[in-house]
Amino acid sequence: MAAFILSRILQAIPVMLVVALISFAMFAYVGDPVAIMLGQDFTEAQRLQLVHDLGLDQPFFVQFATFVGHALQGEFGLSYRLSRPVAELIAERAPATLELAFCAALVALLVGVPMGVYTGLYRNSWLSRAFLTFSLIGVSLPTFLIGILLILIFSVWLGWLPSFGRGEVVRIGWWSTGLLTLSGLKALVLPSITLGMFQLTLIMRLVRAEMLEVLRTDYIKFARARGLSNRAINFGHALKNTLVPVITIAGLQLGGIIAFAIVTETVFQWPGMGLLFIQSVGAADIPVMAAYLLLIALVFVIINLVVDLLYYLVDPRLRIGRGAAGGH
Amino acid sequence: MAIAAALSRALDSDLWWSFRRSPVTMLSALVALVCILGAALAPWLAPHDPFDLATLNLGDAFKPPAWSAEGDALYPLGTDDQGRDMLSAIMYGARVSLLVGISAVVFSTVVGVAVGLLAGYLGGWADGLLMRIADIQLTFPSILIALLVDGVVRAALPRELHDRIALFVVIFAIGISAWPQFARTVRGSTLVERNKEYVLAARVIGISQLRIMLTHVLPNVVGPVLVIATLGLSSAIITEATLSFLGVGVPPTQPSLGTLIRIGNDFLFSGEWWITIFPGAALIAMVLSVNLLGDWLRDALNPRLR
Repeated sequence: MAAFILSRILQAIPVMLVVALISFAMFAYVGDPVAIMLGQDFTEAQRLQLVHDLGLDQPFFVQFATFVGHALQGEFGLSYRLSRPVAELIAERAPATLELAFCAALVALLVGVPMGVYTGLYRNSWLSRAFLTFSLIGVSLPTFLIGILLILIFSVWLGWLPSFGRGEVVRIGWWSTGLLTLSGLKALVLPSITLGMFQLTLIMRLVRAEMLEVLRTDYIKFARARGLSNRAINFGHALKNTLVPVITIAGLQLGGIIAFAIVTETVFQWPGMGLLFIQSVGAADIPVMAAYLLLIALVFVIINLVVDLLYYLVDPRLRIGRGAAGGH
Repeated sequence: MAIAAALSRALDSDLWWSFRRSPVTMLSALVALVCILGAALAPWLAPHDPFDLATLNLGDAFKPPAWSAEGDALYPLGTDDQGRDMLSAIMYGARVSLLVGISAVVFSTVVGVAVGLLAGYLGGWADGLLMRIADIQLTFPSILIALLVDGVVRAALPRELHDRIALFVVIFAIGISAWPQFARTVRGSTLVERNKEYVLAARVIGISQLRIMLTHVLPNVVGPVLVIATLGLSSAIITEATLSFLGVGVPPTQPSLGTLIRIGNDFLFSGEWWITIFPGAALIAMVLSVNLLGDWLRDALNPRLR
């Protein structure tokens, strides 16, 4: 187990280094921070002094090592656009994005899995057909259009739910949460559905396909022959064995949720990291972009790691023979 | 004669037979055809020229669709805040969306097929390196890659230059975000083809590696590429619309469907829903029909499903 975790972490390091190199290259070669910081009037001596102070006269690899060292301490310099420390900006907005992503994943799982089980068990009922048609539309609709349609229906026409912002938030230490107030919870509904929709349809189709596959196997027939109740068979035997691919895909999609939060946050003017990132792309604010890139890469690497570990816990076959690891 | 023969062969084929058997596929082919023709022939078919400032009249702004009480038969789908005819704007917008989508798919197909062919045929460290890059890129969603590429190019180029080539930047950003799927598929089938007798024979008679790859292996591995390209077209259109909706896609002087939706979004609350909803509906029709065609193509070309 320890060796497994260690080898996974060792595999993740080169990926992080490559991403760090890319974001460092953005820093080093895109735009000219010296020109930005000097402004209009300066002498050549002042310019050279600033270049020296910033360490820009050092060799490439020294600069890169300094960058990685700073990045490890969460140090990304100042945002060109807002003139505030990047780490501070991101820390301020992380709770909003993480809460939104969490709720979206919850929506996707709590709605997607039951829908998948239902369509797998009763494949010919009209409700299953309706679910499948719905999932086809869900996959084809761009995220931002889902958001706009929801706003049009529930905010503009019905006036039930707010269409922008987080509502009232409660501060707990440095974390701000919208989960504790009514207006905060109301504000979460539409963005969570928007963000979770794609994952919802994906999980539903996946659970359905896996259920159909598993229900055909011999051990299900055997369980029926033993006279087990339908409930025990469907949930205890069938659903449990569909979970490995579902965990993988759902886990890997969590990264997708955080990435697509950029779009959802723009539609709902949600004050999270995605909105910060998109404003930075528009303003060519390299430090924020580089930091966000590294952060997202880290999130993806960690998610991959956790998914691998869950695999290991859920599927006992992996614990016995490592050779079977590639089987799925 | 040759054309007639090819046509009768096409009408006889399995593909045509499975096409005729599926009403959903025929409907989506029709919708896709209408979208493509409407977009391609926009300058000739559109009732107004949305870019001709002289014909715009602010007095015509915010007209609802023609079938509502205050509607004007001149503007079948209503007008936007500038008095622009929505139908014409959508046709021109679809043109930009399709142009960017198709170019991006062609771009990623060329890159992906080339990389996959090289990796699969050469094997060894080239294969390892190229596929590792593809794997790393595949862990990130393509929208993120496209956003990042767009942001970096935006920062690297001077503003005037960027504005002039913004369309190409978007095509490049979307194209580069989608190549790994093509590369992986082509690599897989190249690995199979590489060891077949005809490739060995070509090697034995001394044909160069490059020529074997291009004239012998390539024709035998492009089949599945067609399916990925069709499905890739719909996701490229979505990515473009998303980028433009976020305000970092195509330049505002050449609005695509995504740009139109972004502009209309500002008027959602004042009740002018048609400025957003009609471009959105056009986008959905385009994406859904292309997706369904891609699904059908995948099933029809897969002999195991027959």
